Parts: sequence; structure tokens; C-alpha cells
Amino acid sequence: MDANRLYDLTISQAHKLLKERRISSVELTGAILERIEQVDDNVHSFVTVTGDSALRRAEEADARIKEGDTSPLTGIPALIKDNMCTRGTRTTCSSRMLEKFIPPYNATVVERLNQAGMVMVGKGNMDEFAMGSSNEHSAFFPTRNPWDLERVPGGSSGGPAASVAAGEAIYSLGSDTGGSIRQPASFCGIVGMKPTYGRVSRFGLVAFASSLDQIGPMTKDVTDCALVLNTIAGHDPRDSTSVNRPVPDYTSSLIPDLKGMKLGVPREYFVEGMESGVRAAIEAAISTLERLGASVDRDVSLPGTKYALPVYYIIAPSEAMANLARYDGVKYGYSHDGDSMWDAMEKTRGSGFGPEVKRRIILGTYALSAGYYDAYYVKAQKVRTLIRREFDEAFRRYDALITPTSPTVPFKIGEKTGDPLKMYLSDICTLPVNIAGIPGISVPAGFCDGLPVGMQILGKPFSEETLLRVAYAYEQATDWHKHKPKI
Amino acid sequence: MKLSREDVLHISALCRMNLSDDEVERFRGQLSNILDNFEILQQVDTTNVPPTASPIPLSNVTRDDEASPSYRQGDILANAPRQEDGQFRVKAVLE
Repeated sequence: MDANRLYDLTISQAHKLLKERRISSVELTGAILERIEQVDDNVHSFVTVTGDSALRRAEEADARIKEGDTSPLTGIPALIKDNMCTRGTRTTCSSRMLEKFIPPYNATVVERLNQAGMVMVGKGNMDEFAMGSSNEHSAFFPTRNPWDLERVPGGSSGGPAASVAAGEAIYSLGSDTGGSIRQPASFCGIVGMKPTYGRVSRFGLVAFASSLDQIGPMTKDVTDCALVLNTIAGHDPRDSTSVNRPVPDYTSSLIPDLKGMKLGVPREYFVEGMESGVRAAIEAAISTLERLGASVDRDVSLPGTKYALPVYYIIAPSEAMANLARYDGVKYGYSHDGDSMWDAMEKTRGSGFGPEVKRRIILGTYALSAGYYDAYYVKAQKVRTLIRREFDEAFRRYDALITPTSPTVPFKIGEKTGDPLKMYLSDICTLPVNIAGIPGISVPAGFCDGLPVGMQILGKPFSEETLLRVAYAYEQATDWHKHKPKI
Repeated sequence: MKLSREDVLHISALCRMNLSDDEVERFRGQLSNILDNFEILQQVDTTNVPPTASPIPLSNVTRDDEASPSYRQGDILANAPRQEDGQFRVKAVLE
């Protein structure tokens, strides 16, 4: 292995070299920290780099490996999105509100990865409180797309996606409320999975919209996705919405053919305004799936898809306004002085939150306010039921559905910031998935003008194994995931 | 749906969040536009359709009532903007 390119390794490649003692975790971590030093002034994936503690953790991992620890994540450097609590390391949600917040506990996913030997190299930049599709709503700085620094990496998990694409972390964890793992994975040419709602504990994830949020892996290939999911999935008594259901070994789904598999392509996801290069890439990907043995129905209809945007932008801001009521400047976080308790609270919230967060709090408060609750919130919840039923119906006929992850390739920084509705539309293919609570994965499916295109694969609740099988078979038949940005 | 300046000020009071004059004006226009886009939902027939609050059916998840160690007071207070005698300090609630 070229010592200068250790940062290009996948988890499974790095694990093999660590196990055979051909490299040490200290060397690997050193290579990643050097890479961060080299490129992060341009990419800006990190809010916080934890170099010293990473090197200590790497030494511990090397000792564990020497004693015969062969678990696949031991000694592997990772980045954690900055909305997951890390004891002793600030967790900012890329917000002024939490700029100095140091959690007294770890999120369950962090605890599980620590036990599995993770070397955390830092915390990833994001849209403030995970509200956004481009990382331009970070209160600190926008992350840039490693494939073209003038373009956005997607969002809200833009830092976690860009870091993996740029070799600043071997893998990362993101969170996905309306597409925040899958859309940036697509934009940065990596693999990103939103598991079924309830599959992964949300304890210690700073809450945005509690009935939609889910944590998932962001990795360089599908094998790595299965390895990370193996570690983070499972019931957690500290999250009452986590589901008590056995966790399979997801690597056993990595089978390179699709014989007997029935796939559907819902036409509503090929929306007006979709870029022709994206359409061509997805159509070519669908032909590849057929060659691998799947039968594909290209004329599936999910007519409720057009309601997903309004349903999402009523439910998510409504839940967010309740969750973000806790930022009052009293117990933790940013605090502004005032003439009275209410004055101080209003000023704290008025100056601690950025514009997109305020917009959504106002929208959610409006949707829940007297006179509008039934017309907006209850109506949206009822249409949510219809969207779920449509998916249930489709999954009685198909093992999985195939769609683009995003109708466009990464857009230019500043292109959509002036028009919130235009920005919201960039999540049109990913929102329905959170509304229904089903799992979805985005995998690299080609390029359009040198920019990555992602294919999204959807399945019924707890069908992560099916998604991984389709994704893996496709990946083995293509080499898109091996392309690296020139940075 | 056209929001007035008073509507936006009323909402900002409900959620205890100061807005500048610029923000009030900007949100008024943007939210009116967003709400117009939501009108499409009124076309959907939802007679006899129950609302979905959570993707998984949940009812009263409880745990056994067993004592276990909690966080140390100092750890919890460490992030407090103002504290006094082991407590969070706030301005007077009642004038």
C-alpha cells in the first residue's frame, strides 16, 4: 500500500491491513490527520478536529489489535456529524446557540462505535440544526464539494459526506430527516443509508423532527455501509422509539446477483426540471440491474408523491418548533441578557438562531397555532397516512423501488439561498421516505459533467438487507465508487 | 395565504423569538409563498383517514421503576450560562 494514499482506503481494506499488522492505526490516523491538514482549508468538512485524542485512541486500538481484537471498525478513523453528542467534545449543530456546548454524555451510536474501537477524528459541519440541503445554513462556514469547490456538498450532512469523499475520514455518521444523508452522499459520490425509523437509537442525537430523524452510515462502498450498520443498529432502552428486533449480520446480504428480485421504478420521481444527465445515468443504472437478473417494472405510479413536500414542510417544522423550545438561554447554550426573563429569552432565541432555523420555527408555530392546527398539521398527518399506504401497496408487488436520489447534480454555492422553496425542492426524491419511515440508500451511479449522480433504492420497513443486496450487486457491476475527486 | 406583518409578529411572540424588522418583512413574503404551495393538500380527500403521528405504532413505552445513578450535578451545571449555589440562575419570573 502506498503510504501516501492510506486515506483512500475503505474500512474493509484498512481492517485487513491492520489485522495483518502491515499498518498501524497510529499510521492510518496520522495519514488522515495530514490529509485534513492538507485539504480542509478548502473543503471545510470539520467544525472540530480532535487530533490529539484521535492519536491516543489509535494507540489504544493498536494495543487491542495486538491482543487479538479483530472487530472490523477497530482503529478506523471516522467523523461524526456535529449533532450527535460526544462527551467532552463540543457538539455545536453548526449553530451559535450551541457553539460552546460540551455534552456530559455520549450518543448511543457514539458509545457503540467507541466500544467497537472507533478513532474519532472530529465533528462534521452541517446545516444549522440539520435544516438545509446545501450546508450553506451552517452558522460557521459552508462546506464545499470536493468534486468542485464552487459547488455545495449537499446537506444537511455535508461535512460528513465531503470528508469521506475527500479522504478526511474513512467513514462518517450522518442523520437524515428528509434526505440529509442520502442527498449529500449522492452529491459527493459516496454511499449513504437512512435506515428504517427505529432501527438505530436516536439517544444523544440533538432532536430536529422526532418522528422523521434517523442516524445512518456514510461510507465509500456498500460493504462498509453494512459493517457500520452492524455496529450502530439495535434496540436502546434510552430511546423509546428504537425497535426491539434482532439485528442480522448485514454483510451476509452482500450477494453479487439479483436473480428473482422484482424492482419497480416510480415515474413520479422523474420530475419536471430533472437534469437530462441525471435521467440518463439512472436509466443506465436500471438496465444494469436488469442485466444482473432483476425484473424491472418501469411504469409504477405513486401519485401521492406530489404531496410529500407540503406534508414534510408542515410536519418537520411543527416538530422542530417544539423541540427547539428548549433553547432558552438558561440551562446550556448561548444566552443573551435582557430586561426581564421573557426579554432575555426572546433576545437569546432571536440572536442565537440563524435565518433558516427561524424560518422553520415560525412556519411550525404558524401550522400549530389556533385556527390553523386542523387545516395544516392534522391534514398533513392524514396525508402522511396515505403516502405510507401507497408504499405498503407497492412493496407487496416489488422487493425494492429505484429512483434518482436528487433530480440534479450538486448546484453552485449561492444558487438557491435566496429562494427557500427552490432549496426545499432539491429534496423532492428523498422526503417521502422519511414520511413513511422506510429505509433508503443512495449509491454512486455515474457522473454528469464530472459531477456525481446517486441512485436511490427504497424498501419496506426493516428491509435493509434487500437494499444492501441491490446496492452491492450494482456496485460490483460498476466502478463509480472507485472514482476519486482530484483534490 | 397572504400573511400580514401582524401575523408574523404574533407568531414570533408565541415562540418567544425576536425578529428584526427586516426579518419580519422577509419571512412575511417567503412564508406566504410557502403556504400557497401547501394549498395543494386541500385537494386530497382524507375522509376516514386516521392521522399518522409516528411511523411505528407506539403506546406507553415504560421501563421498570428501578433506581440507577444519574449525572453529577456539576456535570449538568457545567454548561449553564449563569449558576449560583448549585442551581441555574434566571431573572425574576414574577415581577
